[in-house]
Amino acid sequence: MRNILVLVRKEFLQIFRNRQLLPFMTVLPVIQVILLTFAANYEIKNLRLGIWDLDQSTSSSQLIHKFTGAKFFQETDLITNQKKADDLLMQDAIDLVLVIPKDFEKNIKIQNSPPTIQFQINALNNSKAGIVQNYASAITQDFMSELRSNANVSGSVKIIPVTNFWYNPTLNYKTIMLPGIVAEVMTLIIILICALNVVREREIGTIEQLNVTPLKKYEFILGKLIPFWVIGHFIFWAGIALGRLIFHIPMVGSLGLLELFLAVFLFVPLGIGLFISTAVETQQQALFTSFFFIILFILMCGLFTPVETMPDWAQWVNQLNPLKYFVEVNRLILLKGSGITEIYPFILKMFVYGIGINALAIWRFKKTN
Amino acid sequence: MILFALPIALVVIFGYALNNDFKNIPIGILNQSKDQTSVKLIHRIIGSGYFVVEQTLEKTQDIPKAFKSGKVKLVVFFPMSFQQDLYHAKKAQIQFIADASDINTAINTTSYLSGIIGEFNNENGRENSSGIQLSARMIFNQRLLSVYLFIPGVIALILLIISALLTSVTLAREKETGTLELLSISPISPYMIIIGKVIPYLILSLLNSFLIILLGIFVFGLPMVGSVALLILACFVYTIAALSLGILISTRVETQQAAMFASLVTLMMPTMLLSGFIFPIESLPLPLQLISNIIPATHFIILIKSIMIKGAGITLIWKPFFILIAMTAVFILVSIQSLKRNK
Repeated sequence: MRNILVLVRKEFLQIFRNRQLLPFMTVLPVIQVILLTFAANYEIKNLRLGIWDLDQSTSSSQLIHKFTGAKFFQETDLITNQKKADDLLMQDAIDLVLVIPKDFEKNIKIQNSPPTIQFQINALNNSKAGIVQNYASAITQDFMSELRSNANVSGSVKIIPVTNFWYNPTLNYKTIMLPGIVAEVMTLIIILICALNVVREREIGTIEQLNVTPLKKYEFILGKLIPFWVIGHFIFWAGIALGRLIFHIPMVGSLGLLELFLAVFLFVPLGIGLFISTAVETQQQALFTSFFFIILFILMCGLFTPVETMPDWAQWVNQLNPLKYFVEVNRLILLKGSGITEIYPFILKMFVYGIGINALAIWRFKKTN
Repeated sequence: MILFALPIALVVIFGYALNNDFKNIPIGILNQSKDQTSVKLIHRIIGSGYFVVEQTLEKTQDIPKAFKSGKVKLVVFFPMSFQQDLYHAKKAQIQFIADASDINTAINTTSYLSGIIGEFNNENGRENSSGIQLSARMIFNQRLLSVYLFIPGVIALILLIISALLTSVTLAREKETGTLELLSISPISPYMIIIGKVIPYLILSLLNSFLIILLGIFVFGLPMVGSVALLILACFVYTIAALSLGILISTRVETQQAAMFASLVTLMMPTMLLSGFIFPIESLPLPLQLISNIIPATHFIILIKSIMIKGAGITLIWKPFFILIAMTAVFILVSIQSLKRNK
């Protein structure tokens, strides 16, 4: 036990002495989290609309009025030919072209010859295009039902959808993004410092010196892990505290429970970093291998793209992604207020994962030394 | 070897796994009305292909449980009075209760469902009056595939990280081992040192970028509408910008570890989140839009999309080219300054 404490002290001394590296592990990540959370916004607004009105009638201008009055459309361009429409779409200057056909008004009034309105949508961003199409259809449908009620048609029935957004009624992205980004940045840094630290000792040869001391393997490993475990805590809670102050992220559930999860969780990225360090020879290799895993973990954790729509094999691989669990636990505890009964399977999984990966790393470590 | 294997593995994994294609969203149904119209509407919702009914709920108290278990993303709720209202008042409410802890899915599901209801209403009314038909043309991406969005982003991210990392770490390593001292007392000018350092990595990174793009075209069906020469030029300019950024970092740090942290920590997340790869740039707050403009990947993503997908010519995209070249010049000038100062 004393040995471990001595080693922990030595690691901390080394960390604090390295003036150039220290900010990268502590202050910068936290600043980054705050800055990036401001970016967290998929909200589709300020759409730019192109209007190509071939009819120039009262009805068509009524329809156009409905579009320009909608809150998502900010700017409008008048278009008179397809070339202009293509040009504007090419320059990313408009998102949607509304094409109202000739004889629109005439045909509305005739039965059995409904006019066709065309939407030309810039679909480079597929999810945005889907939403734009839904907005536009909703506006047109609204227009139609007004026409119908003016015509006093009887017998038509209407179903009115009412939407409730639970857990995040104002649809504030920041509330869910901040804890997720904190977890991501923390994991990135933990894997990286842990992987680099041991490799560096090997590269500059100080590990040989440690090997000839009466230090046991597990003492050595624990002495390495504990300081980084503390740094992980610092990054996470500093990020969460600032998030609370700046973005007022909700904390419905128990923070103690979140800490319990964090304490167990941290051994997973630590173990991964340690394992990488046993599998490579130079710092550069350690870096590239860490980079590979980190970017996989971050992009597949479900924060930026949904996990459910991934193909089965990817979901299966994703079971090994520690961040996936963290993002889910964040949502469950902070937003939904889940208790120990819902969280306990996650803690158990992380516990098993942590033991497994660290055991693997220690086993490899014995072999390489 | 690892330098080629890593990016390719990443592009393949992300190309297949990352998608926000809207399909098979698990929903729950709570139907207290159980009348003809509600059953018809449920069939219509399932028939759309966007949703899968994962759970049929019995009472409103089941809703929180369904959400907390994470099994469903949304509950469609037909209240008891649905049929009566529809019959007497000619209109009735149904409720969409969305789990908004996952905001994107919440917005998408409710907006798709509202669309389905709108169509349903329309058809029911059509027998009595004429309607308007809608047709939508999805320009540039007819099938609304998400690879169009993700592949350019992944290419930009991987190229930047690899090129910047490679150069910054190599130079820092020479500093650590002291061989840079040797070079600097030799009669070689600092310009020469930098050029000599960059060329091997330039070739490596360029090969990498071509490989990734070919993969995008042949495996993921990315279109190649524009000119190949322009695309090569874009890769060339971007790679040089990334490499010179790496040099700049290396002149500012003392050790390999610092170089790595500087390139990985300060480049990776901002490049991912502010370049338009994950969040649309239009929806960033203004100060971040400004930052987004000084991130090389932002301009490269515009270039790739414009050339490959839209087939834009040089007249439309000279601006991002110009910005990337200007950035490179700044990076190189600043690093030469600091190299000279060290001397």
